[in-house]
Amino acid sequence: MTESLSQIFIGTLLANNFVLAMFLGLCPFLGVSARLNTALPMGAATTFVMVVASLCAFGLNWLVSAFNLEFLRLISYIVIIASAVQLVEMVLKKYSPVLFRALGIYLPLITTNCAVLGVALFQTAREYSFTQALTFATAGGLGFTLALLLMAGLRERLRLATVPNVVQGTALSLMLAGLLSLAFMGFAGLGAGE
Amino acid sequence: MAIPGQKQRSNVEELLEGIWKQNPVFVMVLGMCPVLAVSVSAVNALSMGLATTFVLVASTLLVSALRNVIPKEVRIATYILIIATFVTVVDYLIQAISLAVYDALGAFIQLIVVNCIILGRAEAHASKNPPLKSVINALGMGAGFTIGLLALGSVREILGAGKLFGIALFGPEFQPWVVMVLPPGGFFVLGAWLLLFNWLNIRKAKPAAIQSAEARA
Repeated sequence: MTESLSQIFIGTLLANNFVLAMFLGLCPFLGVSARLNTALPMGAATTFVMVVASLCAFGLNWLVSAFNLEFLRLISYIVIIASAVQLVEMVLKKYSPVLFRALGIYLPLITTNCAVLGVALFQTAREYSFTQALTFATAGGLGFTLALLLMAGLRERLRLATVPNVVQGTALSLMLAGLLSLAFMGFAGLGAGE
Repeated sequence: MAIPGQKQRSNVEELLEGIWKQNPVFVMVLGMCPVLAVSVSAVNALSMGLATTFVLVASTLLVSALRNVIPKEVRIATYILIIATFVTVVDYLIQAISLAVYDALGAFIQLIVVNCIILGRAEAHASKNPPLKSVINALGMGAGFTIGLLALGSVREILGAGKLFGIALFGPEFQPWVVMVLPPGGFFVLGAWLLLFNWLNIRKAKPAAIQSAEARA
């Protein structure tokens, strides 16, 4: 892999946005994006977990390859991610109980956020170096936050509009996401391609 | 074991629950990431559906068999480990059967681990029911998931490439609707399916509401 760091950063943030182009992390994207004030902390928490998970996954991958235990890779990744989420949960509970309650069930659900495991799996598959992996995870997290914020802004506006009964709920959110995704396709070709 | 006043559900009802009433894709809208990412063609959708069904059934069986042994405090971690084990099995299995499918699905096979449907079933159903019942329920859920994926995958393949299962449906002058196989198409097609289901539900609910209003009058 000979992609430069800026290529990886821009490519992952915009052109191959985790949510809108690669469909990773859709559950929290549809679940937490109803309000702007919960979307930002959720994005920040997810970004943090993603970076931690990426660092741990890098070390683990080296360890697993060194001992020829590749079949344990997936299992060890998921354990690491679960522990990282536990860490974030404890920190948040201590320093911001309000936020902790606002995020509710979606906080432990970061464990089952495909975006987090996705970072670990994709960086392994693309054989990124340490700095590349770190850039990839940061950009991925920021891209997730960006998509979440855009969606939350749109949905806050939409609450004031009159929408036919049939379209309400998830169907409407999906259509919105489709439009956003269409807009993000304009970035195609920026940075590192697939 | 039956709770008084609550009807024990028959096996057929357990099976049908996942396919229609609680369909994971169209009703519960769970496990969206693989659904949208993999459904660019019907073949991909079908293999993904089968792989997920296998993991679902196998992990449900194990979770249900061990439900009295697993300590409550670490149950989620245990479930995830069980699921991850079966996903590793499927991962190697697909690699052995068809390298083409393996390459097309990519990292999404391993991402089955974090599919909310499987963890949700383990927590909500398998941890409370005997193995046979859980497996039947899981089979229904898996079938429902596969049907949902297939519905999405075939629509996207027909519109986006003019093919179904790789067989060209239209003449050579067919202009493919490329956006349908691109990411936005996934959102649009799923949104359209949900619209259809919403519309059907509203249509079904309306006569019932009118009838009950008339009965009261």
